[in-house]
Formats: sequence, C-alpha cells, structure tokens
Amino acid sequence: MNVMNPSGWKPEITSATTDAPATDAPATFTGNRALMLNEALIFEIGTLETTGVDLADAPQITSRLGGLERSRDIGLPGLSEPETVRHYTRLSRQNYAIDLGFFPLGSCTMKHNPRLNEKVARMPGFLDVHPLQPAETVQGALTVIHELAHWLVTLTGMHSVAMTPKAGAHGELCGVLAIKAALEARGEKRTVFLIPESAHGTNPATAAFAGFAVENIPATPEGRIDLAALQARLGPDVAGVMITNPNTCGLFERDMRKISDAVHAAGGYVYCDGANFNAIVGRVRPGDLGVDAMHINVHKTFSTPHGGGGPGAGPVVLSEALAPFAPIPYVTRGAGGVMRIVEESEAADERPQNFGRMVAFHGQMGMFTRALSYIMSHGADGLRQVAEDAVLNANYILRSLENVLDAPFAHAGPCMHEALFSDDTMAEGFSTLDIAKGLIDEGYHPMTVYFPLVVHGAMLIEPTETESKAALDQFIGALRSVAERGRAGDPSLKTAPHYAPRRRLDETLAARRPVLVWPKSELVIEPDVAVAAE
Amino acid sequence: MRYLPLTQNDRDAMLGVIGAKSIDDLFVDVPGEARLAGPIAGLPMHASEMAVERHFAALSAQNMTASAHPFFLGAGAYKHHVPASVDHIIQRGEFLTAYTPYQPEIAQGTLQMLFEFQTQVARLFGCDVANASMYDGSTACWEAISMAGRITKRSKAVLSSGLHPHYVNVARTMAKYTGDALDIAAPVLSAETDSARLLAAIDVETSAVVVQYPDILGRIEDLSAIAAKAHEHGALLIAVVTEPVALGAIKAPGDMGADIVVGEGQSLGVGLQFGGPYVGLFACKSKFVRQMPGRLCGETVDADGTRGFVLTLSTREQHIRREKATSNICTNSGLCALAFSVHMTLLGEKGLRNLAALNHGLAVQAAARLAKVPGVEVINHAFFNEFTLKLSKPARPVVHALADKKVLGGVSLGRLYPGISALENGLVVAVTEVVTAQDIETFASALEQILAQETVR
Repeated sequence: MNVMNPSGWKPEITSATTDAPATDAPATFTGNRALMLNEALIFEIGTLETTGVDLADAPQITSRLGGLERSRDIGLPGLSEPETVRHYTRLSRQNYAIDLGFFPLGSCTMKHNPRLNEKVARMPGFLDVHPLQPAETVQGALTVIHELAHWLVTLTGMHSVAMTPKAGAHGELCGVLAIKAALEARGEKRTVFLIPESAHGTNPATAAFAGFAVENIPATPEGRIDLAALQARLGPDVAGVMITNPNTCGLFERDMRKISDAVHAAGGYVYCDGANFNAIVGRVRPGDLGVDAMHINVHKTFSTPHGGGGPGAGPVVLSEALAPFAPIPYVTRGAGGVMRIVEESEAADERPQNFGRMVAFHGQMGMFTRALSYIMSHGADGLRQVAEDAVLNANYILRSLENVLDAPFAHAGPCMHEALFSDDTMAEGFSTLDIAKGLIDEGYHPMTVYFPLVVHGAMLIEPTETESKAALDQFIGALRSVAERGRAGDPSLKTAPHYAPRRRLDETLAARRPVLVWPKSELVIEPDVAVAAE
Repeated sequence: MRYLPLTQNDRDAMLGVIGAKSIDDLFVDVPGEARLAGPIAGLPMHASEMAVERHFAALSAQNMTASAHPFFLGAGAYKHHVPASVDHIIQRGEFLTAYTPYQPEIAQGTLQMLFEFQTQVARLFGCDVANASMYDGSTACWEAISMAGRITKRSKAVLSSGLHPHYVNVARTMAKYTGDALDIAAPVLSAETDSARLLAAIDVETSAVVVQYPDILGRIEDLSAIAAKAHEHGALLIAVVTEPVALGAIKAPGDMGADIVVGEGQSLGVGLQFGGPYVGLFACKSKFVRQMPGRLCGETVDADGTRGFVLTLSTREQHIRREKATSNICTNSGLCALAFSVHMTLLGEKGLRNLAALNHGLAVQAAARLAKVPGVEVINHAFFNEFTLKLSKPARPVVHALADKKVLGGVSLGRLYPGISALENGLVVAVTEVVTAQDIETFASALEQILAQETVR
C-alpha cells in the first residue's frame, strides 16, 4: 500500500487518457450532447418586443422629461420568463462551482458557502432597507454591523475596524490611505512602500493607486522575508511595508514581530494582506504581531460566496495608531444602547482626523449578514478548528504529493493553509498549464497557477477546511495521475481539456482582436505600447 | 460543527501521514508568544442553525422595511420590484459558488453572462464598450475621473454640483492623495443646474467634466453643449447615472457626446440591501478601452473553432501589471452584474420602456399632489422619477417625524449637505413603480400635518 495515499483510491487511468469520445458516437442535429446543452446569446434569441415582466399601465400624464425623450431604440432584447430561466440555467451548467466539487485555488479560500447565510441575508430587515433611512428605522441592521465589527476586532486583536471597503483591494486602499493620513498628521512625507515579490498584484497596484512608489523586499531561499535586507532598506522615506502572512508560498513569516518592530522603529507602518487569514483565524491574532492594518476578505475566510467574481467585502482592522484616521461613515453604539451612523455631519466633531469617505453608503451589508451568520455558527471554538483543519488538509496534500511534484519549500517544515509546488519535474515542453487543464478533465477546478511569481510554474493548492478526507484522497490520486502523465510527456495532456464545455480557448486572439460586445466587430483601439515595450 | 467534514479519526490518520504528533506541530513557525492556547476569550462558542436564524430574525424585525411602508427614498439607491426568477437564478450554486472565470473552459456560464451584461450596459449608456462591473457607482465615478486623467494627461476635473455628494466625497478622498485638482460646488435649490458654471470652468487644463444625469435633485438636461465645450478643449465628458431605469425614457448620455458613462446598477435586480453590495457600471468609447479599469470579457474561439468567451486585455490589470495597472480593483460585483443582466433580460426593450413610463407617470402624479401641500414647492421643471421639494421647514427633522408616522418620506438635503443652510429645507423624493396612489396620499397628508405643526419633533 502506498503510504502517501492510504485510502488506496486511484482514478481509472484507461478512460482518463482516452482522447476522444467513443468513435461510434454520432453527431447530433443540435450540436448538444444529452445534458451538455449549448446556449445562444440573448441578442440572438430575444426580441425588442418580448418581455418577461408584466407591469401596470403608466398613468396618462403630461411628460415632464424636458424634451429629452429617447428617440431611438436602445437595442435590448427581452425574453419571456420561461426562456429567461432556461437561458441562465443552461449557462449555469457550463460553470464549475464549489457546490459541484473541490476548488483548490491557492490564495482564494474557496470553502463551502452555507445556505443559512443566504437565508439570513434575505430577511426583509436587511434586504429591503434603504441606506439613507433614518437611523431609528434601521437599528437591527446597524446592530449587525456593530456585532460583526466586534467579532473582527476581537479575532484579530486589533483596536478598531473600518467596515466600508467593498473588497480586499479596496480594503488595502483603506489601510494605505489611513497610513498616508497618519504620516501627514505627523508632518512627514514618506513616499515608498516595501512589498515582497511574492505579494498579490493588488498590493503594489494599491500602493501605486494611492501615490506611493513601490520597492521590492528580498526573500530568503526558504521563501520568507529577508529580515536583514529589509532592515537595511528602512529609512525616513519608507511609509511602510505590505506583507502577506501567512505568505503566498504558504509559509508563516516567523520574523513577523521583528519585522513589525523594525518598521515601527524606523517610523513606518505595517500593512498585512489578510487574504490568508483562514490559516490562523482563532489561533493567532495579527494584533499580537505588530500589524497596523489588515483587510479581511469575508468572501474568503468568512464564507460569503465568490459569485463568479464578487461581490466581496474588505473590512480593515486597525491599530490604535491608525484608528483616528479611519474613513467615514461608521456605526457606533450611543447613549441608551441606540445605534448611530456617524457621517460627515457628526464626524467633524467625533473623528476629526478621518481620511474621508471611500464609498457611497455603509459598505457591503449583504456580505456582513452572511459573514456574521458564518462566524456565529462556528463560534470561537469552531473558528479555531477551521484554521486547524485548513492547515491539516494542506499539509496532507503537501506530504502526499511531494514525491511526484517538486515542492520547493517542503524541506523547510510544515506549510500553513496552502501547499506550493513547481513544474520542475515535468517532461520537456510540459508545464503547469498542462497539469491545470488535465485536472479539468478529472473533474476539478485547477489550483492557482503561475502564482506566486517567485516559483517556476507555481501551483498553489489551498484545500480549505470544508473538504473531507475522502475528497482529498480522490484529488491527490487525480493530481498524481496527471502529474505522472506530465512527467511522462503524454501528448494528450497538451490538448486537455477534452471533456469540458470548451476546449482550450484562444486568449491571444481575444486580446489581439478584442470583441467585447455583440455583434462581433473588432474594436478599433490603439496598440498597447506599454506592453509591447516590455 | 456542521460545516467541518473531518472526523477525529481522519485527523489522526492524516497527522500520521504528515508525520506530525499533533496539530500544534503544524503551527511551529508561529512564535510561541503569538500562539493562543485555546478559543479566544470573550467570544461565544458555536451555535446551531436555528439559534443563529433566530438571532437574525429578531434583528431583522427591528428595521422598517421599504415594502411594508409608503416609501419615497432615492438619492442613489432605488426601490424597484425585482422579479422572483432573478433571485432564483443568482442562487443557483453554479453561479453563486463559482470563482472568477480565470479557467474559461469551465466558466463559460459566467463569461457568456458577463459578455451579455457588457453589451446591455454599453447599449443602455449609448457607448461602444462596457466592463464586467465595478464595486458601485461611487467608486466607478472616481475610476472614471482617474481614467480621464490618464487619457488627457491632465489632472483637473470639474464636478457638477448635481453630482451625488457621496460620489463627490469619494473623489475628494482619492484626489487628496493622488494630487488631482477637483473643481467642486454645492447645488442650489432651483430648477436651473450649474451648466453655466461648468461651461465657464472648462479650459485647456481640464481632464474631465463630471455630470450626473438625472442629477442629485432629480433634474435632467441635455449634455450636448457640455460635451462640445469639453471636446473643444481636449477634455472628456463623464456622465454618471445613478438610476439606470431613467434611460428607458430619456436619451442615453453616450448619444449626447459623453466619452465615459458610469453608473450604479442597483436599481435592476439587486435590491436596496442597506447600501451594498451594489454594482458599478462602466462604459466608454472604444478608443479608450486600454485605459479602462476592471475586468473585461471578450469573445474568442476554442481549439475546435467553437465560439467561447475569456477574460481579456488583462495587461491593464493588477495581477499582471502590478504597480503599473490602471486600477487596483480585483474582485468586482459579478453576482450583482448577473442580477442586473437577468432583470434586464426579463424586461427587454419593451419592459424597460414600460417600466420607465410607469415610474415617470407616478412621479409626475406624486409631484402634483405634493405641490398642493401648504409649505411645499417642487423645484424641478424636468425630472424622471425623482424630484426635490423645498419645504417651509428644515427637512431633516421632517423625515424623522414622517418615520414616526410610518412613512419613509425621502432623503433630506440636510443629511446629504450638512452645514449648508440654503439646502436644509430640501427633500429629495423618489417615486418608482412600487408606490401606490394610496402611498402618495398617505405621504402628502402626513407631510401636511407635520408642516402645520408649531415644532417638528
């Protein structure tokens, strides 16, 4: 028995390596194949006269549109309700999703999305209230925000939290602007953020968006920040560092406290990218590591659904040093337990150093309800178990596959919540992309590929805590099989996927001749000079 | 714990495979002083589904909901009826629990939907192209200003006084740190917009003029003259639409010369949700595509030549360009874009036009009724489904007094523009298809009673 795969599970290699469908399968009239149903665009099947909504007749009035009445058709096709439901149901079946299977995307924390969260978010008191209603009419909604804020501050060991940022990158912006405001309040103009090469792309993009220059923090051969090199670079021009911990190689930054102390001693601030909070939630508080600001991706750690690319929410926990600069509006509990919304009118007195407003309204209420539902369901004990099981699952994958895939940092000790591999063991001409596409045929969403940039052909696998051991064993067997085909140079891997709704798509064509709207007509756009020069 | 599949036997077996004695061995890299020995003190332990549901139900019951009361709030978020099938579709697990479609072979559902969404938004706004969504209207507005700066290589934007004050404040926050100059003014309670001010302010240093349409007071006007003046001086016109339903009745900004049109898509499919999540709409002329922020979905073919869709032109984006990206945005508002697109597909051209006509008709009737209340003056000449009242008293306490009478009666300018006494008697009133004749009557009589009182609340 293979000790790395104790269940003994393995895929049926014979069918997996067969390239085409059975040769006696006839072509169909429709092009569909049983449950594999193609679907045209709404512009190809709808008409301008069709509608799936019955409305009352408009009252007879004299128009007050000021002569701006629309004179030409908009060009919006409509479908009846049955056609609409079928259109989107057919489309949905061309998507992979957590509900269908394992989603081992590193850095993305694709965990199960509990349906209780969906149910509570749709309660009318949260779904059907306007953001500018008087505070006395939305006390329950404000209480949800306040309760979630309490959990986030306590779980992270921080001083306070800014709730309004709309996603992780927006939270980064919030933290960086708070740092900028704090520096200005000190009368200092520091212009540089230090960011490791292994960071998420949003980190340097955010620092640049807020007007900072970005410099690289070197890494040690074992995948962690080089403390000595960082210390050498700190100085009066450095506003702060942006560090992901656990980092994107799946490793905990052991020197985090020393890094924070060094940055603080040099007059800078520590921003922590909280994308990987799932590894440590309930077991480690970032506040104990000297962090000044950290965003929390509630759509990662706290299970709000990714929804095919959002919406998320990115509350930012702040240290005492940055708290006075947090954005408005915010929610507080006032006299007699009454919940208050502090906006421009009150903030001038109550938090005069606030850096301003980041969004219209109060943040992602629909995500707050879901996140709080998840957090309350787990409790302090369950969240701790979340981190433990997430880390356990990742280490199980790391140790089960390190003899077939190159694991560049595995010798250095355990990983946290994600396992990192490279494409070093692949045959000539085979790379990470081929492994990823081969996994699609096995019924899996691929892992994160080519990130972090510090590893050649990186494959970053984050199993999360919501996978069973049986699910992990099956995945390990599948990835082992695909990796072995890559090592052997199996040509059918180069043309994978074979069984997905589409074969490999021509992304070069899409970028060279962009067709962004229907009907197909290539855009006349200027060549991308900056990219061509790279 | 109902969401955790591992059994203790599983955990022990897996630790054996790893070669670790206990789970603590896996956290060995965390410094000892930062490792917590047990659950964090002062927080509750896990709870059953029923217990959590009860907690939320109790909190939900504390709120006054739009559907259960006469409801007239707008100012950037609108109550519209959302067909039942919209929520059904966005709750399908294949949409709800999918990731960003970076693996296009198994994400065609999301990608085709985004391609359809982009086309719908571009057509609605009268633009060539649209992106796959932003966080909301306010952040889309700043991104448009920032984009105009990149295109024109200028850094002075002129903002209409009719632009939503929250949008203005978001731009002010960002401009403070990017060094952009913003020419800003507060609105005046009158039927006239400040287009004369805008026309006078445009010069060769102007990157963009930003005009909301309909504006914060519900006023609408032709943007063509502003577009012409902006273009004459090499500047761009950015139009901001917070109520997309309006474009079922009135001309699209793109048709009046706007170069970039952004908006808040919440009205269609998304619901009020106390302010979020919403969906930012972002469209522009095709020649500016390379400077757009956010994700773009494009058509291509697969290895068999079959049509398919992919995320494209990603060399603009943070995960490729890092500090040189056009924006730091990553996660956007995909599921809300789906809700918008499904609702728009259900409506179609005919439904959207009917919906817009119904909104306008009811709003005209409500304005006429409210104008008869002593102490109320309707300031707008032209409007779509939202207009502004000038009351005989400050509007902020009136709104609270209306809430006491179980009427959610609009948004006071005192709340939106604190400290500007010339605006404190202004009340912005939105009237959509959910408003009944009885609601209008209830609102009008409550308002009449309150304005007749010696002291308000």
